[in-house]
Amino acid sequence: MLLKDEVQMLRRVPLFSGVEPGKLKLLAFTSDRVSYSVGETLFHQGDIGDAAYVVLDGKADILVESSTGPIKVAEVERNSIVGEIAILCDVSRTATVTATTGVEALRIRKDHFLKLLTDFPEITIQIMRVLADRLSHTTSELTEARSRVRQLE
Amino acid sequence: MEKSLTRYIWNHTRRQQIYILIVVLVSMIPYFMSFDLPKRIVNGPIQGDGFGEPGARQIFGAISLPIPGFGSVPIFGGLELTRMEMLYALSMVFLGLVVVNGLFKLYINTYKGRLGERLLRRIRYQLIDRILRFPPAQFKRMKGSEVSSMVKDEVEPLGGFTGDAFVQPVLLGGQALTALTFILLQNVWLGAIAAFMVGIQAVIIPRMRRRLLVLGRERQITARELAGRVGEIVDGIGTIHAYDTSNYERADIAHRLGRIFKIRYDLYQWKFMVKFINNFLAQLTPFLFYCIGGYLALKGSLDIGQLVAVISAYKDLPGPLKELIDWDQTRQDVQVKFVQVVEQFEAENMIDPALQALPAPVAAAGMAAAGIAAAGATAGLAKPPPAAMHKEASPEEEAEAMRESAGPLAAVNLTLSDDSGARLAERVSVEIQPGETVAIIGAAASGGDAVAEAFARLIWPESGRITLGGKDILELPESVVGRRITYAASDCFFFYGSLRDNLLYGLKHAPLAEAHYEGSLLAHRKWEINEARLAGNPHHDINSDWIDYSAAGATHADDLFASILTVLDAVQLSKDILDLALRTTIDPQSRPELAERIVEMRSALTGELEEAGLSGLVVPFEPGAYNPEATVGENLLFGTAIGPRMMPQALAKNTYFRQVIDQSGLDRILFDMGYQIAENAVELFADLPPDHPFFQQLTFMSADDIPLYQGLLQKLRGANGFERASETERGQMIRLSFQYIEPRHRFGLLTRELMDKIIAVRQTFHENMPEDMREEIERYDPERYLASATLMDNVLFGRISNKHADGQKRIRAIVSSLLNTMGLLEQVLDIGMDFNVGAGGKRLTIVQRQKLNLARAMIRRSDFYIFNRPLPGLDNRLQDEILRDVMKLVRGSGEHQAIIWVLSNLASASLFERVLVFDRGLLVEDGHHAELGRKNGVFKQLVAS
Repeated sequence: MLLKDEVQMLRRVPLFSGVEPGKLKLLAFTSDRVSYSVGETLFHQGDIGDAAYVVLDGKADILVESSTGPIKVAEVERNSIVGEIAILCDVSRTATVTATTGVEALRIRKDHFLKLLTDFPEITIQIMRVLADRLSHTTSELTEARSRVRQLE
Repeated sequence: MEKSLTRYIWNHTRRQQIYILIVVLVSMIPYFMSFDLPKRIVNGPIQGDGFGEPGARQIFGAISLPIPGFGSVPIFGGLELTRMEMLYALSMVFLGLVVVNGLFKLYINTYKGRLGERLLRRIRYQLIDRILRFPPAQFKRMKGSEVSSMVKDEVEPLGGFTGDAFVQPVLLGGQALTALTFILLQNVWLGAIAAFMVGIQAVIIPRMRRRLLVLGRERQITARELAGRVGEIVDGIGTIHAYDTSNYERADIAHRLGRIFKIRYDLYQWKFMVKFINNFLAQLTPFLFYCIGGYLALKGSLDIGQLVAVISAYKDLPGPLKELIDWDQTRQDVQVKFVQVVEQFEAENMIDPALQALPAPVAAAGMAAAGIAAAGATAGLAKPPPAAMHKEASPEEEAEAMRESAGPLAAVNLTLSDDSGARLAERVSVEIQPGETVAIIGAAASGGDAVAEAFARLIWPESGRITLGGKDILELPESVVGRRITYAASDCFFFYGSLRDNLLYGLKHAPLAEAHYEGSLLAHRKWEINEARLAGNPHHDINSDWIDYSAAGATHADDLFASILTVLDAVQLSKDILDLALRTTIDPQSRPELAERIVEMRSALTGELEEAGLSGLVVPFEPGAYNPEATVGENLLFGTAIGPRMMPQALAKNTYFRQVIDQSGLDRILFDMGYQIAENAVELFADLPPDHPFFQQLTFMSADDIPLYQGLLQKLRGANGFERASETERGQMIRLSFQYIEPRHRFGLLTRELMDKIIAVRQTFHENMPEDMREEIERYDPERYLASATLMDNVLFGRISNKHADGQKRIRAIVSSLLNTMGLLEQVLDIGMDFNVGAGGKRLTIVQRQKLNLARAMIRRSDFYIFNRPLPGLDNRLQDEILRDVMKLVRGSGEHQAIIWVLSNLASASLFERVLVFDRGLLVEDGHHAELGRKNGVFKQLVAS
């Protein structure tokens, strides 16, 4: 896959949809292109976060370790970003991501990613949106779960 | 050492000094004979004295022995010679005397030189020997570079003086005295004047020179301090940069240099002033002769003939006198230097040499059988105690018994204090039995670490003592203490040399297996021994095998590796060493077998990768294929450059290379490719500031190149840019395409046809290459070892794919396990062990150094292992892992070995049988881990906090 195709794909990632193509090309160029086969992990829960991944193709599971074994909490599909929390908050990985099909991804290194955020506010705003979106999603799920718990009581 | 240099020289070279003096006196005979001869030649054969009539003959070479009271007894009647024959005979004698005098001079000078060099060697050796016997506290006040400048430079002139120390004054004094007597004989009054003037010179000049000596001493001390400061700057360069104090250092150095200049200039001025006065006084005497003697002669009270004789006799006096005064000057100068140096090497409580002597029965064989524990830990320099040892039984026997088994290690009423007198530990009494495992814990500087250092003889007790088997360790020979006790702390020192040498350093106590010499080497070795004896040096052979294999649990060099590997694994250093080895380039000629196996490994690796489903991880170089993971340039060259003409920078100017590229038409294609790369790069990076981190990703261009290429792009835009470009501009564009890797840069510039074309050009390039260029490139050949590439590159023989995350890490793991299964691990680690650790081990990381330090201690078998927080650079988890492995290793050897470990991580205390808790210098608790946990003491508090 070539740089220009990657740019096309990046434009379809909601996070980057507002960013002008030239910047996306730079982002693509400075990132590593990596591929994973089925069952390989992108990163493990507890590792130190050194990069974020933009999934260009394929699917992966987000798994969280629990006392009863790993629980799948979400799925990553093409054109989505994963692993950005560990970079933004300087915490270790909060989940394990394992490829369920062959996965093509762009690996954006931590310092590049942070530089990108300071250089291009539009990306920052997009990131905020995505995170806020996820937060409201999580909040509504939590509310739902709580009300279910209450009903059970 | 003697305080006076003259005495020192006399004590060590007395016999030689007398001998050379005699030789010098004997050499005077032909010397004076050669003075007389020219006169005889001129007067006799040439001017014809005694050859009045033609055919007259004279006697030549008659020898007779004068016997007092009896007349002379003729021994040899001589030959009767004609005038011409006499001329030849006398000339021949003259020639003979010239040769004899020359030979005497040569012999005397050589002899004196050798005498001086031997003495110099002796002094230097003795000084270093003293360093090895200093008590540990002495080193807190010494600067290494000052000491080395003393040993190296300051004693150097002493050697030169040695040969002249006694011969010169006797000889010159004799000459001066003769001349003076001669003058006195001619005329008593004039002689008295001359003697008076000599007296003045002899009194005034040395007085004036006293100041020279003071200045000389200052010069010596300031120069030494300068050496010390330079050493400090080198050692502390990190600190200097970190605090931006380089200009402070510059100022300090400039100040010192200024002072040295002033001293030297003063010295210089004063020296020439003294010289002037000396010359003046010497010339004053003839003035007096002319003036007073002339007056007396004119008045008629002095015979003119006498005056002339006195004046001509006087010319022989100033020469020897001046030299004598110079000699005295040198003598005082070297005496001052000698005292200055010797003072620095005086210390109280020097270690008795007997304690460091090689044990008598060291004679090789006995040693291995007895399984003597080896020693020599990091404490190589620190040693036992003051002189006087009180021993009842023969110390030899006692020491021998101790070597067999040590008995308990104990501190008895031990009090330790630091330099300032502050107490580090007070009245500590503890006994540790062989085979115990003991943890020492306590807050930092609570006394435990000081006690551990005292066990290692790094601190000597202020009161109380440390005993091993009931004997004070400071009175036991180091061959016992240094081998029964092993010590490792965090501040580790390594010697310049290979990792292997440093790892095995603790096994080198004695030359166990003599090196074997033959022929000229044997003769040289004999000479070495002899010379060492003559200079009072020991003659242990550094080329002998010093490694005590039995102490490392091995029998000889071949099975030592197993021990090494166990230890390296225990401290987790083997992976580091493997990495070092894989980054090395080796000469396949010196290890042909390994090179061959590495080539075999390539296919094994391919198989291994296929099995693991990672076949794409490494893209190998194949002669008929394009390697997409390598650059265009690498694919074109298909080999490693060895010579200067093949290096990437020079390649563009290489005519043959250019010719091949141009003829194939590739130049135009590569130019277009470079143009597109430049276009992409400029588009991507033009807006970014030059220090932007993204530029790291731009491998083929630097931030400074961007404006250049912007200009080029504008100029060469549109059709036939290639034709319009100048030669350099073409080069600049083509250079870019050489660096291009499609899967990495992803500009989409590499088509199937282009790849095929590059392969074709590669073939032509190699086939038609001129002979002389073939040696400058090593072509990739799957069947051959690449001498110019690293071991890792040779194993991979390809490029790691950019597509795989962590490719490097994964391939490393696979290669290391493959090396193991192929039985190559030992050989490869062996290469890693050749790694030079640099000055003080600085080429290793701190963590590696600490691990190596622990490994160096572990490899020697001894009764007591004392580890004083040996791994502070590692995180707790790793420390704990290594601690467990080390304990397992020591316990696993099945012998009665004790471990005393000063812990930084209290949680590990449960692994030990016994715990000693220190608090404010006192041993407060001593007992089993569980037991202490139940008590409500300091231990519980420490663990809780």
